[in-house]
Amino acid sequence: MIISALISVWNVFKHLFKKRVTIQYPEERPYLAPRWRGRIILSRDPNGEERCVACYLCAVACPVDCISLQATEDEHGRRYPEWFRINFSRCIFCGLCEEACPTYAIQLTPDFEMCEYDRQNLVYEKEDLLIDGQGKYHGYNFYRVAGVAIGGKDKGESENEDAPIDLRSLLP
Amino acid sequence: MVTIYIDGKPYQVDAGQNLLHICLSMGINLPYFCWHPAMGSVGACRQCAVKQFRDENDTRGRLVMACMTPAVEGLRISVQDPQAVEFRASIIEWLMENHPHDCPVCDEGGECHLQDMTVMTGHTYRHYRWKKRTFRNQNLGPFINHEMNRCIQCYRCVRFYRGFAGGRDFDAFSNHNTVYFGRKTDGVLESEFSGNLVEVCPTGVFTDKTFRKHYTRKWDLQTAPSVCVNCSLGCNTTPGERYGQLRRIRNRYNFNVNGYFLCDRGRYGYEFVNSDRRIRQARLRRNREAAFESVAPDEGLQRIKEIVKKSGRTIGIGSPRASLESNFALRTLVGPEHFFSGATVKDHELVTEAIKILRDIPSSMASLHEVETSDAALVLGEDVNNVAPMAAYALRQSVRCKPQAISQKLKISDWDDTAAREAVQDQKGPLYLATIADTRLDDMATRTFHASPQEIARLGFAVAHQISPTAPQPENLDSAALELSKMIAQDLKDAESPVVVSGCSLEEKSILYAAANVVQALRSIGKPARLFLTLPESNSLGLELLEPGSLNQAFAIAREDNVEAAIILENDLYRRSNPALLEAFFKSIPSVIVLDSLDNPTAQKADVLLPAATFAESDGTLVNNESRAQRYFQVFVPQDDIKESWVWLRAIGDALGQEEPGARKTFDGLIADMVKELPFLAPVQEISPASGFRIAGAKIPRQPHRYSGRTSMHANVSVHEPQPPQDPDSPLSFSMEGFLAEPPIEQPPASLIPEFWAPGWNSIQSLNKFQEEVSGPLIGGDPGKRIILPPDPEQAAYFDEIPEPFASRAGELLLAPLYAIYGSEELSIHTPGEAQLTPPLRLEINPRDAQQFNLTGETVLQVSVDSQVFELPLHISASIPEGTAGMICGLPEMPYVALPAWGKVTPKPVNSSTENPG
Ligand code: SF4
Ligand code: SF4
Ligand code: SF4
Ligand code: SF4
Ligand code: FES
Repeated sequence: MIISALISVWNVFKHLFKKRVTIQYPEERPYLAPRWRGRIILSRDPNGEERCVACYLCAVACPVDCISLQATEDEHGRRYPEWFRINFSRCIFCGLCEEACPTYAIQLTPDFEMCEYDRQNLVYEKEDLLIDGQGKYHGYNFYRVAGVAIGGKDKGESENEDAPIDLRSLLP
Repeated sequence: MVTIYIDGKPYQVDAGQNLLHICLSMGINLPYFCWHPAMGSVGACRQCAVKQFRDENDTRGRLVMACMTPAVEGLRISVQDPQAVEFRASIIEWLMENHPHDCPVCDEGGECHLQDMTVMTGHTYRHYRWKKRTFRNQNLGPFINHEMNRCIQCYRCVRFYRGFAGGRDFDAFSNHNTVYFGRKTDGVLESEFSGNLVEVCPTGVFTDKTFRKHYTRKWDLQTAPSVCVNCSLGCNTTPGERYGQLRRIRNRYNFNVNGYFLCDRGRYGYEFVNSDRRIRQARLRRNREAAFESVAPDEGLQRIKEIVKKSGRTIGIGSPRASLESNFALRTLVGPEHFFSGATVKDHELVTEAIKILRDIPSSMASLHEVETSDAALVLGEDVNNVAPMAAYALRQSVRCKPQAISQKLKISDWDDTAAREAVQDQKGPLYLATIADTRLDDMATRTFHASPQEIARLGFAVAHQISPTAPQPENLDSAALELSKMIAQDLKDAESPVVVSGCSLEEKSILYAAANVVQALRSIGKPARLFLTLPESNSLGLELLEPGSLNQAFAIAREDNVEAAIILENDLYRRSNPALLEAFFKSIPSVIVLDSLDNPTAQKADVLLPAATFAESDGTLVNNESRAQRYFQVFVPQDDIKESWVWLRAIGDALGQEEPGARKTFDGLIADMVKELPFLAPVQEISPASGFRIAGAKIPRQPHRYSGRTSMHANVSVHEPQPPQDPDSPLSFSMEGFLAEPPIEQPPASLIPEFWAPGWNSIQSLNKFQEEVSGPLIGGDPGKRIILPPDPEQAAYFDEIPEPFASRAGELLLAPLYAIYGSEELSIHTPGEAQLTPPLRLEINPRDAQQFNLTGETVLQVSVDSQVFELPLHISASIPEGTAGMICGLPEMPYVALPAWGKVTPKPVNSSTENPG
């Protein structure tokens, strides 16, 4: 009995000479891996256009239902969110939205410093979410692989597509 | 009944029915594309393959298409057989070779039959490495979006559009693997049933263009069972709301009424709910010249209280587009003797007459489904395509009933669509159309007869007389009409279940009598004939069942009896009566209280204006043309001060201290009062469970269990989520929580299913899980109940008010009402797409009359009728009978005129003012 107590004391004593795991935050910054699940952003495609196509998949995947948005289209048929809102006071940073997103638009980032005194300030709108870069995933552009035509990309101009069929052709 | 074995299990099934129909009816999931429950099988897609075995010793079997294989005694099949499973997976993979990577931006996503079937077969990975085929899209008008890349060439669209809906401007083009579905050139789809392509197409080729403007996924829509308010047929609908806006309308299956389809007026006529012209706040003004001020609801009620208290008498004017409950609440508030019909004087008389006919004559009224399955039809007066469009759809199907004998003789099953059509070729069953002018049903007709309303009635009387000589005979019938009447009589007599379609649109009572006589004559010789009467509006019958006085009586009382106040319920009287009469009426009434949802000329006359809820924001009952009482449920809680009319009226009653029994505070209590006072309305109480109904102690959620954004959609206003609105009036809740339906194991009663969905079945095809049998009634019975029950079988007397022959008058033309599917109805015209398709104002005249009056092509006419003068462009139309002229009713720019009426028509003097009509 007394032996086990002494072993514990000895173990604790040894820790005095171990390297510290805590750091002097905020003066000192921890390293967070890129896949760390923190503050959510909306990214842009390689052409600098919004990646989000307003498909609502992140919203339906979200287990706490803290994402809402409304789809709209530009005059050439490109779909994007008219508004996009995340209520971070509800978000559990599970990353399911990122997994659901078919366009790499929504991504979690290694930033956790989001504290607010007022909960209302945790409601982020599209202006607060949309960044100017591609985030973690480079090079993907959903509209380059989708079949819909948008401004600057006509039918048949997507990757892996043939030119549109000529309906008047009689060739077999 | 025969016994078949599916995967070793015995099932009792209908002999001759196809195996796909059977499997789905038995709850067995089997993927399919080209088969459609309303359109039968063509065996084109090869998706429904199953293994068939010769006998119990056969272990090899062979693949057959379930949709093309009839059930015979002892048949053995396997759905689970590994070869069949593999075959189905490879079929999907082939169909998907060219399918675009579109789901995230495809409006079908989340309710896509192709998605569902792909998941069902387990196909996940595209092995095909070559390029995808692409197509260019077409602009198909304001209702339908086209995205041809997504097509899987199942041919459902063209089969529906041409074969069932009778459209001509849509087809399959090109060849081999490049078959294209569309129009020859871009342009508006002509068929009034084009919107059904959205639901018929199993992919996202055709999607709802109005929905696209405010797109939401199906899983995000808050829905409730509802009824179309755009005509008297009362088709069942599923409206969907998101963020306080009505987003779309979809079909809701009802075996007796609309089945799988809707017309475009009903499907797209919802946008008035979101209109800028909505009245959203109570408004007051000191006098009629002053401007309106928005006030708090209580202030409005206070003012009403002062008005009604000091006044000697208050009258109430009801409405054929308000619910039965709201009309009854008004009737109770003002007293039955001060309650007046808000319909036009003519409609009031005609609908009252129609009720009498339906009550008196020993015939059952036909449901829409029964029209569809009749083998001979006579249409007296109605231009059904424009007045009650789904009736036109039903009549189109009815002509296919009689020739079915041909294919049946060749032992072709009715579900074998291509073979049955090939056998029948162009043969059609008898359909006779007696109308003023051309209709879009003429291509189906055995014979058409274009004549004045009187002559149409006389033809009907003649037919009745030909069938049974005891029916009265019209004098001096011309020989052509006599000949025709003999022909019609013969065909109706030869039929098994003939139907007579008539109605109020020509505003001619004798047409109703004639139709009743034909049905009675047929019944007297033992034919189970049925009568189908279309009525003016969605609740015309419900309103008149409350036995209101006529609008003219209201005017007379206002003139003579110093009425102090009038309460006008959801009604724009300027669509119902001569403007001069109305000016006088409003002048004679010191205080006018109007409840309505959209601003209109009547609302402009109000002293107190209360914002009323639309159908999507209220609970209520509508009584359709066959007296079927159908409940519609509140889809969402409106913003601002909008309230249901019956809630306003009850609040007024309370403010006045009209002591109410406590129960009256609720919707259930209101219905109970109504049934107590008018016991014949008892079925209204039975059409849906009362508000206290619970399943496993829970309400039924209006939101799907996948509804998203609950903790975020209101967060811009406040991060503290509001409590969901409570619903004291129905067993449904405004929430995603509650009883989770698991069809077909456990589900709410059919009248309370907010939306059809089953695990693995996200598209509308999930319906098969809710039906007793595919295409049959919903489990537990379809919602809705007839108020006028089949009368006693005693033969009533024939009507003998036969009109005189039509005689043209010198210098005058008989102006007869014509109708436009988009334009003649008050609410749907607020949908921009429908407004765009509204025909222009014009007067249609026979070329010979035009010649006689010296009128030529480009003339603008001056038409004087009913002490009003209009200027209308001339339109020469050979189908208008001589001596009459046609005028499209109800267009927004036209003031009301009671038609038919004799009018003077002259070319507009060159220097007269360019003032607009009216
Ligand atoms: S899943 Fe991605 S593309 Fe879809 S709405 Fe969310 S962020 Fe946009
Ligand atoms: S049709 Fe269905 S499977 Fe095809 S892109 Fe649209 S949602 Fe996806
Ligand atoms: S457009 Fe739709 S309905 Fe028509 S063939 Fe293609 S997938 Fe089938
Ligand atoms: S037929 Fe009438 S009730 Fe049916 S959808 Fe059309 S307008 Fe509505
Ligand atoms: S559904 Fe049977 S072949 Fe298409």
